[in-house]
Amino acid sequence: MAEAKPVERPLSPHLQIYRPQMTSMSSILTRITGNGIIVGVLLLVWWLLAAVTSPDYFDFVNAIATSWFGDLVFTLSLLGVWYHYLAGIRHLIWDSAKMMDIKTAEMLGWICVIGSVVLTALTLIIIHL
Amino acid sequence: MRYLTDRKRAVGKGASGTGTEHHWWMSASAVALAFMIPTWLYIVGTTLGMPQQAVIATFAQPFPAILTALVVIVGMRHFAKGTEIWIEDYARGTTAKALKIAMHSLAYIIMATVLYALGKMVFIGLLLGANG
Repeated sequence: MAEAKPVERPLSPHLQIYRPQMTSMSSILTRITGNGIIVGVLLLVWWLLAAVTSPDYFDFVNAIATSWFGDLVFTLSLLGVWYHYLAGIRHLIWDSAKMMDIKTAEMLGWICVIGSVVLTALTLIIIHL
Repeated sequence: MRYLTDRKRAVGKGASGTGTEHHWWMSASAVALAFMIPTWLYIVGTTLGMPQQAVIATFAQPFPAILTALVVIVGMRHFAKGTEIWIEDYARGTTAKALKIAMHSLAYIIMATVLYALGKMVFIGLLLGANG
């Protein structure tokens, strides 16, 4: 017969006890990039609003947007956009129940990481031509 | 005797409360953004750093104006609904509700600001066109 006392069930393994893996790290990066690019969006929206406010105000915001700080924010945002872009496509592939074995999933993670750097460099080259 | 079917008693009891609605919406908007983002990045990237008049002239054109409007509307809805995922992971109850409202508000403020700027640019473009 079943015991009356509650069963001692194992606790769910916590995130912190796992060794970092390609699949988990690339998944966390999707979240970080998706939320992080809001910083670049805010700077861009401020710049757009300044363009329709006044010449003096545009000069002020444009100086920030085109300074080393603006370049840093926009370059990191670009990297974030491309990473999130590739990782999003990876999720669409997974949603169709394809490429889900561990080896292929890890390869897709590397494609996201390396691909985002390549696409960022390509974008910067193309817009500066 | 219960007259509710098993299915009816199960609906809404899952972790999301709304089935796969959120997931499907994120997938659909992701596809829309995937088509628009590369061209939009090119337009913004080449306009950034231009003088004020050139910036206004660029976004006053139909294609850059419509594409930017679409990217900000779909993009900001995708962002707001996307933030719900981490909020549901790290916050509960009133804190989670407040955070979701704050993120949705931020997204709508950005959306309205960009649409205002675009509208004014198109208007300035029309005035300049009428004079030139």
